Parts: sequence; structure tokens; C-alpha cells
Amino acid sequence: MKSKFVFNKQLLIPLAAIVALAIFNLIMDPSFFKITLGTNSAGHPVLSGYLITILDYGSELAILAIGMTLVTAASGGQDISVGANIAIVGSVILRVLCGTNSRPETLQAPIIVAFLVACVVAMLFGAFNGILVAYFNIQPMVATLILFTAGRSIAAWINNNELPIINEPSFGYFGGYIPGIAIPTPVFITIICVIVIMLVLKFTTLGLYTQSVGINEKSSRLNGINPQMIKFMTFVILGLCVAVAGLIKVSRLSTINYSVIAKDIEMDAILAVALGGNALSGGKFNMAASILGAYVIQFLTTTLYKMQVNSEALSAYKAVVVIILVVLSAPIVRDKLKKFMEKFKKKEVA
Amino acid sequence: MRKLGKKLMATVVAATMALGLAACSGGKDTGTTTAGGNKTAEKIKVGIINNDPNESGYRTANDKDLKAMFCDANGYDASFAYSLKNDEQITAAQKFIQDGVDYLLLSAADTSGWDSVLKDAQNAGVKVILFDRTIDADESLYVASIVSDMDKEGETAANWLKDQNLSEYNIIHLQGVMGSAAQQGRSGALDKLAKENGWKIVTQQTAEWSAEKAQQIVQSVIDSGESFNVIYAENDDMAKGAVEALDKANISHGVGKDVVVMGFDCNKWALEELLAKNWNYDGQCNPFQASYIDEVIKKLEKGETITQKVIIMEEKGFDASTITKEDVEKYGI
Repeated sequence: MKSKFVFNKQLLIPLAAIVALAIFNLIMDPSFFKITLGTNSAGHPVLSGYLITILDYGSELAILAIGMTLVTAASGGQDISVGANIAIVGSVILRVLCGTNSRPETLQAPIIVAFLVACVVAMLFGAFNGILVAYFNIQPMVATLILFTAGRSIAAWINNNELPIINEPSFGYFGGYIPGIAIPTPVFITIICVIVIMLVLKFTTLGLYTQSVGINEKSSRLNGINPQMIKFMTFVILGLCVAVAGLIKVSRLSTINYSVIAKDIEMDAILAVALGGNALSGGKFNMAASILGAYVIQFLTTTLYKMQVNSEALSAYKAVVVIILVVLSAPIVRDKLKKFMEKFKKKEVA
Repeated sequence: MRKLGKKLMATVVAATMALGLAACSGGKDTGTTTAGGNKTAEKIKVGIINNDPNESGYRTANDKDLKAMFCDANGYDASFAYSLKNDEQITAAQKFIQDGVDYLLLSAADTSGWDSVLKDAQNAGVKVILFDRTIDADESLYVASIVSDMDKEGETAANWLKDQNLSEYNIIHLQGVMGSAAQQGRSGALDKLAKENGWKIVTQQTAEWSAEKAQQIVQSVIDSGESFNVIYAENDDMAKGAVEALDKANISHGVGKDVVVMGFDCNKWALEELLAKNWNYDGQCNPFQASYIDEVIKKLEKGETITQKVIIMEEKGFDASTITKEDVEKYGI
């Protein structure tokens, strides 16, 4: 029991942040927590309310946080090409579904095929990053800078710079609602992803190996682990996460805009990892904390929209809150706090 | 392994550089041959510096329009250079001047830093025509500037909204990236009329041209339970995101429905929404400057002088109740 509590200590910071945001909203306007059952324009039941919105729109970020945590842990660096890769994935999905006609009456291929092609493409781009990082020893941020710069142009090129629009309603299910089910589909997709990664971490050595590579590459090699392979794999896994997030993104609007889709999402994903109290220099990680970190960011965004913060000041507000959270979740500060608390407790006992 | 990796990398880099050089020199060769040919002698040589056509649908349409106008068939020998960076654009301009173009057409990435290169152009007898974007340089340095008037675009839209005579105005205002010319013009006009007529702005928030962000902002207003009947989105993407949120909450929109939807830029798909009466209004941001530029050049070639330096293009606003299929084809980008 005791050891379990220690394990969860890292969860404390994102949990505290969520509680703080929740209390703030409770004081400002209790109706924040209201959830209502209504119908959408197609006549299907849907749940709506701020909490549902947070769960819904936080999905992509939570999924990306999974991959980003692994990459961070293994390589001690971050992938900044995530947003651009989402643009590529979205473009590939639409290209497969639409064929050469940018506004097809019927889908040219089943959605599952489009998604599988997108998975392969995303994993290839992940592998490209992974090879640069693992085998050429290039700094992750520099290696992924290549796709960060070129990705959106590649995405535009895949569709000949046209903007395909899909009219088929079933394509909208992934980012919207499956008829008859009132909870947004992205929530289910995220739950599946989280369950899968938790099972993988529990029943395989992936988690252990990534951490050991991140903590000390040389000694893990001496212990029979292939650090290059592990690093490479984390980038491929992130590629898979990008494919899932990309599907949700394009499905939300049934179209794509290459220059703005998932813009700056890589920064939010890195932030989610940091908010989870994970060291950005690699090593030990806590997956659940990262995922919670992603929802903290979405909670914050939704709160700011609700408070109707002035447009010019929006990013400044976000920055202030983020600085506080990041400082609090930094390992050094946490250690200091822990020591402080211990002292405090001792005094109390005395 | 590491050493091998480095060697391999070095080889690859060297190979790409060599290839790049070969490609460059190849390009130059063909360039000089066309310039030296007999046919090009009577052709007008233009150098066109533009932003990256992948930047937006607007730019793609703009680039297509320019390419269609400045081709061999119309008596032009055109070279194109694209960049979103000012310094690269300036380098391209210097190259065009050295190549001895007759006209330099420029859509600058940044407003400043153009003085010296434009003076070089003037000394070399190259006439400069600005399109789409103005720059901070002395007016004597260019012969004409063909631009959109963002303030007027906003005014046309806001006046259209006023003419709708709604019983009340509760507006969701979705702004573009703060500080951009399009955002300032389009926000300014709405702010002014809202103040004059006592319209209520339910929320005013930047969605940074992004559909997803617009969707979240509108969702947040719907969640709050506040009522609204107008969505004023400063581009088509944001209007689409907003409509997606409305559909989710079963709020009707379009002609004769609960919520008036307004967008900008006249993307073809957006005009189709207008045609289907799902949206109410779309304001044009005209990317078709080529015909205006052509006119200026023809005048100059005849020896006439350009009396009006700043030429503001005609820009329309489309109403869903009057738009026709031809409009969609003609003005959609």
C-alpha cells in the first residue's frame, strides 16, 4: 500500500492542478459542471457541457502525450514534428478516401483502409525521425526540425494543394458521435489507447527498457538492451499515436487546412509531459501523469474560453498558469517541497 | 557503428549537395537559352516574387492567376520566386534585377527592408509593381501598388449585417491572428458598427484562423447557455468550425434560420454552402490581381503614365439569397 502511494506521488501535481481549476470554476460559475442531454441536428442524442467538451477536445492531446512521454523518456529529447505529421496523416487519409477527385460523392475506399495507410505513413515518418535520432545520434529536436519545417508542405503536396471535403456522414463519427451513443467518440478512442498502452507497459518490458535507456544508455547496453532499437521504437510508437490523433482531427471537420491543422500541438504535448512531472531530460516517467497533464491543458483552455478572456491577452494568461504549473512540477521544486513538508511534519510531531 | 553512420551521413550530404548544384546549373542553362532566343526579344520580361503558394487557399489561387496571365501566349517571359522570408525574397529580387527583367512584381513577406533593393531596381531601370501587400518604402520607388482594402471588406460585411434588420444582434465574433491586416480591417468595422448600433458582442475571441479553435469557442458559448444569433467569422475555416459546433447542438443556421453565419475569403466550398443556404454571407478577398497588373504594364508599354499609384481592387460580398452557380465558379478560390 505504501509503495503504491509513493508511485502515485507524481500524479499529485496534475491532479492538484485539475482540482484547483475545478474549484476556480465552481466559485466563478457552478453551472460549469452541468451536463445536459440534447439532440444534434441529425436527431441523435448527445451529451453536452463543459466537462464533456474538455474530455472531447483533450483527446488528441492525451493520445499524443502517450507517445511523447515514451520519446522523452528514451531519448531525453522531444519530437517537434508532431503537428506537421498530423497534417501529413490527415492529408493521406483524405487522399485515400477521395482518390483524385477532391469532392467525391462516395468514398473511394473504406475508412479503415485509409486509416491503416495513414498508420503506415505516420510510422514511416516516425521511423525517419527515429533513425536520425537513434542511429545518427542527432539531437531529437534538431532531427525532427526537418519534418517540422517540411511537413505541412508535404501534406499540401499529397493532395495537390487542393482542399478535399468529405460529405459522407460516417466519416464524421470518429471526431463526433456514433448515432445513438451520446458520448463523443474521441473519448472512447482515447480510452482504448490508454488501456492499450497501460497493458503494454504492464505486461512487456517496454517501460522498463525505455527508462533504463533514458537513465543510462551505456549501462543498459552492457545489460543487453539495444538502446538504438528502443529509441527507434519509441518514435515509431509516437508515429502511431499521431495517426490516431490525425484521424480524429480530420474527422472533426471532414476536411483539412494544411497550414493551421493541429498548429502548435507539439508544444502542448511536450507541456503535457512536463506537467506530468516527467523530466524532459529523459529517464523515469509516469504515463498516467502525462495523460492527466494533457487534460489539465485542455481544462485550462476551456476555462479561458469560458471566462471570455480578451483575445490579445489569451496567450499571456495561459503562459502565467503554465509557468506556475511547470515550476511546481519540476523535480527540483518537488524535492524542496517534500523536504519542507517533512520538516513541517517533524515540527508538528515535536 | 557510429563512425560508419557519420561517414554515411557525410556521403549522403555531399551527394545531395552535388545533385543540388547540378540541378541549379541545369536550371540556369535553360534560363539563359530562353533569354537568348530570338522569340523572347520582343517579350516583356517579368520577375515575380510571391509568398509560398502552400500558405493558404488564397495564395494558391493568387499564384494560379498570375501563372495564367504571365505566360508565353500573352507575350510575357516570366520567372517566379517564392518565399515566406523577407531576406530570401530580397535576394531573389537582386537576382531578377541582375538578370535584367523589365518589371518586378512583388508581394512582400514583410513590410520593411526593401528600400535599398528597390533603389537598385530604379537605377537599373526596372519598374516595380507591388501586389497584394504594401511595403514601408517611398512611393517613388514603385510605379503601382495593387491591394485589397481590408477595412472596406469589413465595412461591406458589417453594413450587410446591419441591412438584415434583425430584431436583436447577439454576435459571436471569431477573430483571425491578432494584428494581421485582415484581422484588423475585419474586426474594426464590426466593432465600430456594434458600438454605434448597440449590438451585443456575446464573445470576441481569436481562433487564429483555425477551424478547430473556432469550434471550441462556439462550443464554449453554447455550453454557457448564452443566446446568440450571429456568427461573424473572419475567414471561411473558422465559420466552418463554428457551424460544426452548431450542428452538434442542434442550432439551425443559414437563410431564415436561427443563426446568421458570415465568413470571408470566398473559398469555393464556402460559396457552395452559401448556395445551399447553410450560410448567409461571404466576403471576398480578391486574389486575382493579374489582370490589374497586366493593365498597368500595357499602359506603361504604350508610354502612358500611371496617375493613380494605389489601385484598390473591387471586392464583393455574397449574400446567400442572391448568389448564383456562376458566382461560385467565377469567384470561388
